[in-house]
Amino acid sequence: MTHLTKIALLVGALAVSACTNAGRFGQDDPRLDGSAGAGAGAGFVPGGAGDPSSPAYFQQAIGDRVLFLVDQSSLTAEAQATLDQQAEWLLTNSDYQAVIEGHADEQGTREYNLALGGRRANAVREYLISRGVPASRLRFVSYGKERPIEICSDESCYAKNRRAVTVIAGSAVS
Amino acid sequence: MSVNHRVTQVLTALTAALALLLALPAQAAPLRIEITEGVVEPLPFAVPDFIPETAAAGEWGGKLAQVVADDLNGTGLFIQTPQDAFISRPTSFAAPVQYNDWKAINVQALIMGAVSVADNGQLTVKFRVYDVFSGQELGKGLQFQGTTEGWRRMAHKVADAVYSRITGESGYFDSRVVYVSETGPKDDRKKRLAIMDYDGANVQYLTDSSSIVLAPRFSPTGDRVLYTSYATGFPRIHVLDVGNTQSRILESQTGVMSFAPRFAPNGQTAVFSISEGSNTDIFTMDLASGATTRLTNTPAIETAPSYSPDGSRIVFESDRSGSQQLYIMPAGGGEAERISFGPGRYGTPVWSPRGDLIAFTKQHKGRFHIGVMRTDGSEERLLTASFLDEGPTWAPNGRVIMFTRETQGASGQASLYSVDVSGRSLRRVRTPDAASDPSWGPLQ
Repeated sequence: MTHLTKIALLVGALAVSACTNAGRFGQDDPRLDGSAGAGAGAGFVPGGAGDPSSPAYFQQAIGDRVLFLVDQSSLTAEAQATLDQQAEWLLTNSDYQAVIEGHADEQGTREYNLALGGRRANAVREYLISRGVPASRLRFVSYGKERPIEICSDESCYAKNRRAVTVIAGSAVS
Repeated sequence: MSVNHRVTQVLTALTAALALLLALPAQAAPLRIEITEGVVEPLPFAVPDFIPETAAAGEWGGKLAQVVADDLNGTGLFIQTPQDAFISRPTSFAAPVQYNDWKAINVQALIMGAVSVADNGQLTVKFRVYDVFSGQELGKGLQFQGTTEGWRRMAHKVADAVYSRITGESGYFDSRVVYVSETGPKDDRKKRLAIMDYDGANVQYLTDSSSIVLAPRFSPTGDRVLYTSYATGFPRIHVLDVGNTQSRILESQTGVMSFAPRFAPNGQTAVFSISEGSNTDIFTMDLASGATTRLTNTPAIETAPSYSPDGSRIVFESDRSGSQQLYIMPAGGGEAERISFGPGRYGTPVWSPRGDLIAFTKQHKGRFHIGVMRTDGSEERLLTASFLDEGPTWAPNGRVIMFTRETQGASGQASLYSVDVSGRSLRRVRTPDAASDPSWGPLQ
């Protein structure tokens, strides 16, 4: 468990840093390739972003995150479309577990935002379960407003910080 | 570690040596500040450098006087008459006070101190307070002893005594604040628990910054701190012994988030939130046995609980009405009564130690405010306004509130501010690094 958590946190940290400057959800960010220690380039390398069974593919091609409206935890149609693909990937790659991280923007008190991030992460978790992903493979955690990826104080940043990120963790040893 | 060692030493010395110097008959003194919500003209006071009575005491005289002056100035109720305005300078603690010299420069309260250092390094501080216009001593002389390390505490004790004699209320200067010290940019913030004197001096760190820590809360006696840590990867409540800085996780269900802890006035019970699924409710835990009791059970976010000083009721925030609002329920749970009805959202309620007011964070039209209201929700007053003010905590006498203010934008940073309950004397509390989530401990 400790090992899995460490992996989850490591992957999470990479995802966050990779997305800071990305145009859109970290897609097409060359730094991500290989940064998970799983591949070396954009071509078809086992474990790289070109490998549909890799966490890097999940993160970049499918999209590892969905966004929320102010003080809301309901899933938009766009979010549901992303989560449908996430669910499909998780069902195909059944060795993986996932930790869903919920976040809030900085407009809000600390504790309320922790609970709000929890609501968002849980909304994603419940949606994935409704699409057939076993609950036992999905954990969630909220960071409230503690881990913004965009740091300006206007809506352009807030919109990206109100997010739930599905972090792939713990591939089975093969 | 050294926190405990130092405090124990100082406390022992102070308790043992708190002594009356002279038993003058108490006289009703006209010098008085009534703390009200109206505009108060600050009372002019003078505090000459404490007179050194031993050769080694010279360095302490000015420092002690400065801390006493800063404490009193900081209240906004007093205003220091600078030393360069003095007509005469006292050279002996025992000599008669030259009242006319102080009247001439309009000083109303004169604080005379003396300091000596014994061969074993112990510092002795004594002081008297004089009502200049009535020509009388106000109260009795007092003296404190302690190590030189604890010199600031002795100065705070002098200021507390002066404050108390002139206002009729207990002071708050000899107290500490636990908070979160922050370093690093906004998207890579490192947080660790720190403890400091109320004025920002003597900062010491209680944890490292390897995991996120949030919202520490002092126990009623200041011996322990409840806080939320991500040490396990998930937000969980920990309790830390201030003396030895050892902490342990509060055992509750695994796989859930627990946060927003606060002690009950008995120091034996914690109240906090647990998130299960999309629902966040309020629970209590007996700290000795770990027995957990659910207090709320709605599908809403219910968090930030705070006990009344008599332990009979709990104020908390809930969005059960559709937005964050304040509610009060019996300490054992049960029907909750909503008390906030103004425009905007209300969160982080904290019950005043006097029992009369609830401090809160209010969000309205994109601004954040610290405010207070009576416990029935009446007489709401906003004390501050900024881009982001949150998380009030009360001084032990219920007259001052400290809170977090965070500035806007990519380089935004948090710092601690205090404001008195009337909305006056807003000031920043200087800390070595950025700082958030203060919790004000008891008068020591």
